Amino acid sequence: MASSLFRTPLYDLHVSIGARMVEFAGWEMPVQYAGIVEEHNHTRTACGVFDVSHMGRLKITGKDAGTFLDRICTRNLKDAAPGRCFYSHVCREDGGILDDVIVSRFEDHWGIVCNASNREKIIGWLEQHRAGKDVQLADETMDTAMIACQGPKTLEVAKELTGQDFSLLKRYHFTTQAAGPATIIVCRSGYTGEDGLEIVCGAGIARFLVPKLFGSKEKPHPIVRPAGLGARDTLRLEAGMPLYGHELSEDWDSLTAGQAWCVDLSKDFIGADAMRRLKERGLQRCIVGLELDGRRIARQHFPVYRGAENIGEITSGTLSPTLNKSIAMALIATEASAPGTMLEIEVSGKHIPARIVPLPFYKRPKT
Amino acid sequence: MKIPVDRKYSETHEWFLLEDDTATMGITQYAADELTDITYVDLPEVGAKVSTGDAIAEVESVKATSEIFAAIPGTVTAVNTALTDHPELINDDAFDEGWMIKIKVDSNASLENLMTAKDYASFLRNSA
Repeated sequence: MASSLFRTPLYDLHVSIGARMVEFAGWEMPVQYAGIVEEHNHTRTACGVFDVSHMGRLKITGKDAGTFLDRICTRNLKDAAPGRCFYSHVCREDGGILDDVIVSRFEDHWGIVCNASNREKIIGWLEQHRAGKDVQLADETMDTAMIACQGPKTLEVAKELTGQDFSLLKRYHFTTQAAGPATIIVCRSGYTGEDGLEIVCGAGIARFLVPKLFGSKEKPHPIVRPAGLGARDTLRLEAGMPLYGHELSEDWDSLTAGQAWCVDLSKDFIGADAMRRLKERGLQRCIVGLELDGRRIARQHFPVYRGAENIGEITSGTLSPTLNKSIAMALIATEASAPGTMLEIEVSGKHIPARIVPLPFYKRPKT
Repeated sequence: MKIPVDRKYSETHEWFLLEDDTATMGITQYAADELTDITYVDLPEVGAKVSTGDAIAEVESVKATSEIFAAIPGTVTAVNTALTDHPELINDDAFDEGWMIKIKVDSNASLENLMTAKDYASFLRNSA
């Protein structure tokens, strides 16, 4: 693999436990260890650990940081309390989605986690818009690691390993822990549809801690297993969560992407005017969930038909390991988007029937 | 990785085992491992005529869809129908239970142009 690719602090660990490494957004990342389906099922039932250190981690400081981010983000951050994090979009003036991010409110600064593929673009966007304001920006991606522990047994494992009860931590809240002179951030969040914790810490601490999570080759941890980007994709798709470059794009806006819940049109932010106009006129297109007949997978850009009429295209698809059904998301004409509508997907020259279903495809059982 | 010596291999990672006038074909364990969990197999009709280089089947995994090419001309005499419900047989045992298609080979055809197990092993080493 080309040596120009970035490696996370856990690269050597991945290779030593048999990961298959692939290029992803300029990084050399583990796509799978034991197998995508096995890791997927393990995360749905126990605890899968994902290295997501490739994602961008930015620190925003300065006395204008809060108002600045509130103008950049679609989400309302005005009353954000320290210890909270927020899923948000960052959009252009015309509403085109530049990225989806997690914004965290610390006591004296803010944090942004952005997609690896968009890190430089987002840094450029923030640099451009901070001019004249008391806002400083630091890219901490290369000095830190980010680990996602996901699955119904995650809190049990965390308690066993740290003695701490994270069940008191609410969803999309985080807590910081001192580790000598360094800080470990633990957030109750994730991208799998399961309960879980996402941890940000220094590269050295991650290299020390993560192998302990897995146990040894002779005595692997009974509940914790590594999981790769392959399983991360099938898990998020079942949970109906959008992925940048698939359901999210500069070519359309957050409302069209079905993410109106993270857009506050009552406030002023970049892209608000465009989205208000769009809402007034009515959305021409929208993202829907589809269930296909049979086991064929609808992949990104496959055309979607209603009768003979091409009404859109697939954005993501997979064979759902949990439901054992072919599922997909698609961007289609709004007038054909009612749940229950029968459509057809062109797969290898054949038309496969598909039915519009509500998202998400999978919801974790209430505990 | 074990590569059986009783058969021949293509650069697109299919194997062909010639017994009398019938060639059994499938994909190699290397190809199956690369594709990861196989979820669907599209097989040709029995009786279909195939020519060298034809895409005659498709193998689909969580990760990707791959076409399967005939390396010999002939007529399809059987397909492994077990793969319809259990495509994972290819991941589990690509060289045996995961066989895909049997082709009655045209009389003047041969597998001369394909690689031996030894050639295929070095082909894999060089392309890695």
